[in-house]
Amino acid sequence: MAKETSLKRRQARGDFLTTLPLILFTVMFVVGPLVYVVVLSFLTRAETWGTVPEFTLKNYADIAQPVYLGTFWQSLRLAFLSTLLVIAIGYPFGYFMAKLGPKWKRRTTLLLMIPFWTSSLIRLYGWIIIFRAGGVFDSLLMALHITSEPLKLLYTYPAVVVGMVYALLPFMIFAVYSSAEKLDFSLVEAARDLGASPMKAFFTVSLKLTLPGLLSGVVLTFVPSMGLFFIADILGGNKVVLVGNLIQDQLMKAHNWPFAAALSVVLLVLTTVIIWLYRKLSGVKDLEGLV
Amino acid sequence: MKNRTKLPNLYLGVVLALMYVPILLVILYSFNESKISSVWGGFSLKWYGELFRDREMFQALWNSIVLGVLSSLCAAVIGTLGAYGMSKVKFPLKGAVEYVSTLPIMIPEIILGMVFMAFFALIGLPFGMTTLVIAHTSFSIPYVFMLVKARLVGMDKSLPEAAQDLGASPVRVFLDVTLPLVFPAILSGMLLAFAMSMDDVIISVFVTGVDTNTLPVKVYTQLKTGVTPEINALCTLLFAATLLLCGVAALLGRAPKKQESEKDVTEP
Repeated sequence: MAKETSLKRRQARGDFLTTLPLILFTVMFVVGPLVYVVVLSFLTRAETWGTVPEFTLKNYADIAQPVYLGTFWQSLRLAFLSTLLVIAIGYPFGYFMAKLGPKWKRRTTLLLMIPFWTSSLIRLYGWIIIFRAGGVFDSLLMALHITSEPLKLLYTYPAVVVGMVYALLPFMIFAVYSSAEKLDFSLVEAARDLGASPMKAFFTVSLKLTLPGLLSGVVLTFVPSMGLFFIADILGGNKVVLVGNLIQDQLMKAHNWPFAAALSVVLLVLTTVIIWLYRKLSGVKDLEGLV
Repeated sequence: MKNRTKLPNLYLGVVLALMYVPILLVILYSFNESKISSVWGGFSLKWYGELFRDREMFQALWNSIVLGVLSSLCAAVIGTLGAYGMSKVKFPLKGAVEYVSTLPIMIPEIILGMVFMAFFALIGLPFGMTTLVIAHTSFSIPYVFMLVKARLVGMDKSLPEAAQDLGASPVRVFLDVTLPLVFPAILSGMLLAFAMSMDDVIISVFVTGVDTNTLPVKVYTQLKTGVTPEINALCTLLFAATLLLCGVAALLGRAPKKQESEKDVTEP
């Protein structure tokens, strides 16, 4: 009996040992850095290089400057617009996809996975070819006599929006699809048989049951869209400045690390609020469609 | 009635086709003789020739492969052991620990990049392959962890128990029974982690050293400055590699999206 408990204890110790690498790594390289950045955001910037260990709230006060508030506002607006467009395109896609037969479901998934697994830079580069002055898009419009001169869409706001939507669309599709796939379509039919209009059946049954997927898709598009500085960089030139671009500039060019840290903390808080809201609204713990 | 079933499929087809347009254009223009990408100057392979002479590009590609392999291997070990241990032990803050360990794929990459840059500077770690591997491991672990965890939940618990009853030591049970059973999940997780690592621009930009360019960072800087059709050629080859990788994933019998949890795999 005593031997058995000691064996059990030894085994429990062994099980705990296997979790150690994960816990250690997480504490050292996730919790540690995050805590450090929060601390950093309250430190004073040194005159020349680095930081002085003096407590200040200046970095947060600086964010309230109109220039930086404007950047946050622009980021949020772009994230909002991109998310709306991604819903408009991605939701029907995921929903219709769930209605396909098993064979076509597999094929469509594969066809979606290929561009999704393709480097995002390649896909971005394709849009440069399309949008640049005298590029594919301009040539097409001019050949169709819709416009008479090049639109020069590259380095404009619409180009950034298209790039964002294109990059984030798969997340929404997968999230909605994984939710819609579990939907029992006979419920929709039942609602129709009971006299509901197609619209009403959709809103009261389908939409309600696929809401977790939709919300998860919203989180998966909204959250990263504020940080995707390379899309704004490459397709927007320097006309579109997002929080991500601002953080990068403050780190790499202005070398104002405490300010960059404060910006990150604000963005992190914003992200946490969104994820928390998602959990409250959907009642799901894990993000649907995220692995 | 028939009309109703056709229209959604048409929609699916159109959206899918649009998704491929940018990729196909890149491929098409990689064979373009002319340097100006809006003009078609006839079929040519000269940009491929130029690409193969570009030593820096190959160094960057090699760096990316090394980085992807190392970080997905580290993630496989840490993530698998972690998921296995977590499924067995119970302690008060378990949920919190699991949540925090998956944070790297929940928060925007820009924050992760910023946070790592500041932290590595603080502890005085020189920027280069080491910092890249640590950063990439951090966002690779959650993929392996979550996939293995889902697999363990769906696994027949009586198998390791039987082995134990027959006198196998815990290490033996893990190596001979559990590990082979969760192996497909580990592979899927590694494959996903590798793909994410090969594609990562944002985090790498922050933690890369002066002379350890990764491929995406190099392509990013080139796209920002002057674009040469050499990039088209590179992108075409990368796309071919992606197709190959997708093929391998399909051959593994279960692409990552077909896990027990029936959840799909997407980028954070």
